[in-house]
Order: sequence, then structure tokens, then C-alpha cells
Amino acid sequence: MILNDKNAGRAGSRKHVISGRLDRMFIELSRVFHFLVRFFRELFMPPYEFKEILNQCFEIGVRSLPLISLTGFIMGIVFTNQSRPSLAELGATALLPALIAVAIVRALAPLVTALIATGRVGSNIGAELGSMKVTEQIDALEVSAINPFKYLVVTRVLATTFMIPALTMYTAFVALLGGYVNINQNEQTSFVNYFQQVFEAITFLDIFSSVTKSFIFGFTIGIVGCYKGYNSSKGTEGVGRAANTSVVTSMFLIFIEELLALQVINALRSL
Amino acid sequence: MNKAKSFIDYSKTVLSIRGLRKSFDDFHVLRGVDLDLFQGENLVVLGRSGTGKSVLIKIIAGLLKADEGTINVLSREVSRLTPRELDELRLKIGFSFQNSALYDSMTVRENLEFPLTRHIKSLSRAQVNQEVDSVLEAVGLAQTASQMPSQLSGGQRKRIGIARTLILKPKIMLYDEPTAGLDPITCIGINNLINEVQEKYHTSSIIITHDLTCAKMTGDRVVMLLEGQFGRQGTFEEVFDTQDERVKSFYDYNFTN
Repeated sequence: MILNDKNAGRAGSRKHVISGRLDRMFIELSRVFHFLVRFFRELFMPPYEFKEILNQCFEIGVRSLPLISLTGFIMGIVFTNQSRPSLAELGATALLPALIAVAIVRALAPLVTALIATGRVGSNIGAELGSMKVTEQIDALEVSAINPFKYLVVTRVLATTFMIPALTMYTAFVALLGGYVNINQNEQTSFVNYFQQVFEAITFLDIFSSVTKSFIFGFTIGIVGCYKGYNSSKGTEGVGRAANTSVVTSMFLIFIEELLALQVINALRSL
Repeated sequence: MNKAKSFIDYSKTVLSIRGLRKSFDDFHVLRGVDLDLFQGENLVVLGRSGTGKSVLIKIIAGLLKADEGTINVLSREVSRLTPRELDELRLKIGFSFQNSALYDSMTVRENLEFPLTRHIKSLSRAQVNQEVDSVLEAVGLAQTASQMPSQLSGGQRKRIGIARTLILKPKIMLYDEPTAGLDPITCIGINNLINEVQEKYHTSSIIITHDLTCAKMTGDRVVMLLEGQFGRQGTFEEVFDTQDERVKSFYDYNFTN
């Protein structure tokens, strides 16, 4: 009898915990929805913060170049090196430039750029806005009659949305250069010949899908970082949590988006 | 510092609050607050931590919404204003935050320029510099213009926070715990600065504090927030000339510790 009561109690408390978590999840989803609605509303309403958008584009785009350059170049070398043995077994090393081009432009460049940007830019936005929130700097903007959402959130989300595609194209170019260095060493292919094969292999749809995905990844990184930072609380602990959850949530969403985009692009290819 | 009171006009109300109520979940912070602030007056709101003093001025500045009640600032009802109208009103209200809330990615000069250049586009570079230098001199920190907020002491940060609000020449100043976390000598400096601001800029101010020295030095009138409502009010001496244990214990604790 006592055992039954205990089991019933445990089941009841488990039910309570689950319903509490579901409640929190729906409340959070509703907040995210309102944040998105506010973003699109503020986006089209003047005044437009052009100066701050350019400033953020510089911070997000230009300051990411050293890391992106290094990562992209090494990625090109490593990917080419690892792909060679498989193609060599089939006597098809001549197809290496085409293989590298397709892999880098279609998948690696958008994904790697987005993941690097998540770590560098997403965490930075989360921490910066979180810190501004807990030190009342966001309130200070508001009482100075400056719309903090427009000044801090809209500018950063626009900057990530437009800079990530640009960085993706740059990553693809640097990675292809890395691939060329490796191929030139092993197969003595000329620069012109290599890039001729690269451009023959990639189609308009490859570039279009890559850029479109990057826009989505950029928007995700910006909006998640801003949401987490803008809504952070609990002092310095909240700032750390905002930075951390910005990265984790963005990465998770980017992988989901990559999978969904893959399905859409495959459907488009089969048309 | 003896306060000159010639610029206080008790016939003109710049801020009027009636029946203000605010709760956070089940916690009733403000339970029907009534308040008038007169032209040129320094009004001190005293109270223990967590009694809703900061909530009160955040509602006045439109950072929080009241559950009930009317707030009339410079003849405008805050709850009925559109966002644009609220922003226009905010330009006439200076808010000095407890932790100064300086933009830590900007230098002191940039912190002061920022609200000015955002709202008064017609100013030339020379005029902006002149305005910044003028308020920096007013708060006695002309030498800090090129420093970052992280390089300043607590007292200096408070002064720059006040300077940033003064640059837009507000009619009403709201000070949230201006002396919190400062040593007694720096506190006296800040209290003197509040009085100088009142005298020089002819502002009407609400000073939120639990520091009785600050209340005594700066307040033309003092009100005490007790259990979500205003209790006693009058001059500093009038407020503490009471047998009310809640008020007496507040006084005794401040001046015996």
C-alpha cells in the first residue's frame, strides 16, 4: 500500500516536472516569436541606424577575416589531401579540383564559416548585450530616448545576415586556394587549369544555394545571440550563460537548417 | 554647504503621481503612492532596500509600466504617450543610474557626445566639443575626457553618469542611489554636485537613497517609503521627529553604524 502511494507520488511529481518544462518551453517560444515580430517591425521603421550597421559589419566581417582565412586555407589543404587516396584508387585524381570545388562551395564553406562565426561573433553578441543588460546600459539608452532594440539588435542581426554570406564566399575562395597549393605540389596542375576545372564543376544553383544558406545562417547567429543577450539576467552568471547558450543554440539550429536546406536543394536539382 | 532655496517654486508642479500601484507576481511593491515634485525642488525618497524606490523612478522614466495610477510629468500623462512622445519627454528627464551605466565601449567624451549628437543634429563639431567640455567642467572631471569608463573610480563614474544626463539640459533629474558604494568623502562630493546641478541647471530632482547624510545634504523635502506607501514627509528634521519605530530605527541605524 505504502509502495503504491510512493509510486503514485513519483508519477505525479514526474508529471508535474514534465508539465512545468512544457510550460517553460512554450513561454520561451512565445518570447522568441515576439522578439522576431519586434525585429521585423523595427527593421522597416525609421530612423535607420546606417552608421551602426556599417560599424557592426566591420566588427563582424572584417575582424573575422584572419581567423576565416587561416581556417579556410587549412580546410582546403586537408580536404584535398584526404580525398586524394580514394580518387587515386580509382585512377581519378584528375577529378580532384571538381570534387574539391563541389564539396567546398556546396557544403563546407557555408557550414564552416557559420560555425566559426557562431563561436566568434555569436558568443560576442550574447556576452556584449548580456553585459549591457545587467549593467543597465540598455536602460540608459532607453532613457536617453534611443531605441535600444533598433540600435543594438536590428543593427547586429542585419550585419550578421549580410556579412556571413560575404565571409562564406571568401572562405570558399581561400579553401580553393588551399586545395590548389596541395594539388600543385602533388599533381603539378597549373593555377589556370585548376580554376578552369573548378568553375566547370560548380553551377549557378551551387552558388545560389550556398549564399542563400549563408543568409539564413547569418540571421540565425545574429538573432540568437541578440535574443540571449538582450534577455539575460542574474548578473555576471547570466552574461556567461547568454554567451554560452548563444553558441550552443545557434550551432544546433545551423545543423537543422543545413539538413532542411539539403532536402530543398536536392528537390530543386531533381526538377 | 548651505542650500539656497530661492529657485524653488512651490506653486508649480513638474511631476505629479496619484494612486500608483506596482506588483511583481504576488509581491506588491507600490501600494497607492501619491507624490508631487515642485519646480526647482530636490525631493529625497528614503526607504529600505527592496521597498520600491528604484521601481518608482523607473516608472516615471517609462522603463517600467505601472499597474494602476496616473503619472503626470511636465503636464503630460506618461501612460497615454505614444513611443515617440515618450521619447520627447525622456529628453527632458535625466536619469542617473545606481551603477552609472556608462557605455563601456566608449570613452568618456564619446559617452557624453552620444546622446547629444543623436538628438541635436545641427551642432557643429566645435559646438559638440564645447558642450562636452562644459558639462565635464561642471562635474569637475575635465581631465578624464579621453579615458575609458573602466579607468575611472566609482565616484568619477557617478559624476560622468550625471554629466551625461546634464548634456541634454533636462528639466527633471532622477538620481538612483547616487552615493551607493562610495566612501564618505566622495559621498559628500556627490551630494554637493547634486546641489550644484539644482542651482546651476535649475532642475527639479528626485533623489532615491537610503543614505541619511545624502538626504540631509540634498533634500529640500524628504519622503519616506514605508510598506509600499509614502509615510512621513517634510524637511529632514520633520520626518525624523517621530515616535514611529520604523522611522526611528532607520535613523538610529544610519547614524549609529
